[in-house]
Amino acid sequence: MDIIVSMFPSAMMIAAPIIIAALGGLFAERSGVINIAIEGIMTVGAFVAATVCVLLESNPSLGAYAGWIGVLAAMIAGCVYSILLAVSAINFKADQTIAGTALNLLSTGLCVFLCQIIFDQQRTQSFSRGISQIKDVPILSDIPIIGDMLFSGIYPTIYVAIILVVFVYFLVYRTAFGLRLRSCGENPHASASAGIDVIRMRWIGVLISGLFAGMAGGMMVLTSSVQFAASSIHGVGFIAIAALIFGKWNPWGVLGAGIFFGFSSALGTRASLIPLLNMIPSEFYSCIPYVLTIVALVVFSGKSVAPKAEGQIYDAGKR
Amino acid sequence: MKRILKLILVAALALGLVACSNSSDNTGGDSKECTITIGLVTDTGGVDDKSFNQSAWEGLQKYAKEVGGEDCVKYLQSNSDADYVPNLSQFGDNGTDLIVAVGYLFNDAIKQVAPNYPDSKFLVIDTTSDLENVASAVYSAEQGSFLVGVAAGLRAKEDGSNIVGFIGGQDSELIQAFQAGYEQGVLAVNPEAKIYVDYADSFSDETKGQSLAQKQYDLGATIIYHAAGNVGNGVIKEAKERGGVWVIGVDRDQYEDGMKDDGTSVILTSMLKRVDTATYNTAKALHDGNFTAEVTTYTLDMDGVGAEISEGRNLTADEIETIKSYVDQIVNGDIVVSAEPTIANGSSN
Repeated sequence: MDIIVSMFPSAMMIAAPIIIAALGGLFAERSGVINIAIEGIMTVGAFVAATVCVLLESNPSLGAYAGWIGVLAAMIAGCVYSILLAVSAINFKADQTIAGTALNLLSTGLCVFLCQIIFDQQRTQSFSRGISQIKDVPILSDIPIIGDMLFSGIYPTIYVAIILVVFVYFLVYRTAFGLRLRSCGENPHASASAGIDVIRMRWIGVLISGLFAGMAGGMMVLTSSVQFAASSIHGVGFIAIAALIFGKWNPWGVLGAGIFFGFSSALGTRASLIPLLNMIPSEFYSCIPYVLTIVALVVFSGKSVAPKAEGQIYDAGKR
Repeated sequence: MKRILKLILVAALALGLVACSNSSDNTGGDSKECTITIGLVTDTGGVDDKSFNQSAWEGLQKYAKEVGGEDCVKYLQSNSDADYVPNLSQFGDNGTDLIVAVGYLFNDAIKQVAPNYPDSKFLVIDTTSDLENVASAVYSAEQGSFLVGVAAGLRAKEDGSNIVGFIGGQDSELIQAFQAGYEQGVLAVNPEAKIYVDYADSFSDETKGQSLAQKQYDLGATIIYHAAGNVGNGVIKEAKERGGVWVIGVDRDQYEDGMKDDGTSVILTSMLKRVDTATYNTAKALHDGNFTAEVTTYTLDMDGVGAEISEGRNLTADEIETIKSYVDQIVNGDIVVSAEPTIANGSSN
C-alpha cells in the first residue's frame, strides 16, 4: 500500500508536462495544423526557463520566484519559437510535418549554441531550486490516504495542469472562439465562407500551442533536473502527441492519458517491489505509451475522432 | 510583410546552420619547434563540458605547459557523431603525431581512421583497440566506486538508517563495475547495510532518475550513488527537495550541481575518473619516445580513479581518514576489488 501511495506524487510529476504539452498540441491540431514540433518547442522552453532561473536566483528580491518567472519566460519563448512553424506552415504553405521536424532539429542546436554563448559550456549552469515540491497543502493533506497521495510532497505543476484542462475545455467547447477554432480544423473552406479568418485562427492555434509547450518544457526541467542539457526533454514531446491521440483530441481525454502515462512510468520504477508485477521486465512499462498509441490509432481509424482537415494546407483558392 | 517574414525565416535558418556547422577553431599548421604535435577530438561535449572532454583537454594543457609547448596542442570539436571521422582525418592529414579521441563513441571511427595514418599515434579513452598505432585507456571504476561506497557505508551507519542506494544508467558491464565496487565499499565498513540497486536504462532521462530516487529515499535510503550521467540530475533534484539525504556524484566533482539556496550541497562526495592523467601520461610517453600501443587500465595507484575528499565539505575528518586508509589498502593490494556485482537490477541484498 505504501508503495502505491508513494507512486502518486511521482506519477503526477511525470504527468504534468505531458498533459500541458498535449493541451498545446490540441490547440494547433484543432485549428488544422499538426504540431510535430512540440518536442522542439519544449526544448526551447526548458532552455529559457533554466537560464532565467539561474540568472535570477541570486537576485535578493526576485530569487524566491525565479522558478515561476522562468516558466513565464519559457511560455513567451515557446510562443516566439512557434512563429517559425506558423509562418512556414500557414503563410508559406510548407508541409506541416516537415516544418515541425525542422523546428525539432533546430531546437537542440540553437539551445546548445546559446548555452555556449551565455554560460561558456554546452549546458546551463545548475540552478539551486527551480520549482520546489509543496510539502503539505494546508487542511487537504490531513485527509487520510488521499492527503498523502495528492497533497503532500507534490509538485504544484500538476495542479496547474488540471486547471488548464478545465480552462481549455471551456475555451474550446463552450465559447464562440472555440467553435471557430474547431471549425477551421474540420472544414476550413466552410469556415471561410461563414466569415471566419482561417489564417488568423490557425495562427492563434499555433501560437497558443507554442505557449503551452514552452510552459511544459520549462516546468519539466525545473521540477526534475538541476540544469538544462541537450537531452533534457528526451522524447516527452512525442509522448505528449501520443497522449493527445490516445485522449481523442479532447482535454479530458488528454488529462486521463497523461495521468495514465505518468502511472505506467512510475510503476515501471517500482514494479520490482510489487509481487506478481515484478515478473514483468521494466522495459515493458516504458513501451506502454507507444503501444497504446498505436492501438488507439488503429481503433480510431475510420471514425471521425481526429480533426478532419488536420495536416491539410489551407488555400483559399482551392475547392 | 511577407518579405519581412521571409527575411526572419532565412535569418533563423542561417543561425541554425551556424549552430550546427563544424567549428574548426584552434587548428593550425604545425609549429616547427614542437617535438610532437597533439590533436584532441572531442565528442559533442566540447572542451568545457565540465566532464570527460574538459578533463582530457586539461591533461593536454598540463603537458603543453610542462613539456611540449602551448602551440603544439590543438583540439577539434565534434558537433555530431558524423564529425568523428572527418575530425580525426583532419588531424591525420596535418601529420599530427598523437591524436586523442575521448569516449567509447569513437570505437568505430578509430577503427576506420587509424589504419589510414600509420605514422600517427592514437589514444582512445574508455574503449579498447588492438590496432598497432592505437593506445587505449580504460579505468578500474570499481576501485573509485569502492571508496565512495566506504563514505556511504560510514554515513548510513552514523545516521542510523543503514540503507543506501545505487542508480545506474544502462545495465551494462561498464556500469556494473561501478555498482560492484560500491557494494563492496559499503559492506566493508558497514556489513549490516542494505543496498537498493536500480538501473534507469538511460543516461539522459532525468525524470526517471528522480522517480527512482523518490522510490529509494521512500524505502529509507539516505545516500544514493548515481553512475548515470544526466539521469543523476534528477537524483540530485530529489535530494534537494528532501533535505537530510545525500547523493554521491560520478566521473567528476559534482559538488556545484548539488548546491542549494543556503550554500550547502547535497553531494556527499564524488567518484572521480581522471581522463587528464591518461592524456598527460600518453602525451609525455610519446614525447619521451616510450609510446606503446597497449591497453592501459588506469587504477587507483596510477591516480586514474579516486574519490573527492577535500576537507571543509560534507565529509567529516574521520570519514576522510577512513577513506584514505582504504586507498592505501587497495594500492598495497591488501584489498582486491571485484568488478562483478552481486545485487540484481531492481532488488536489494
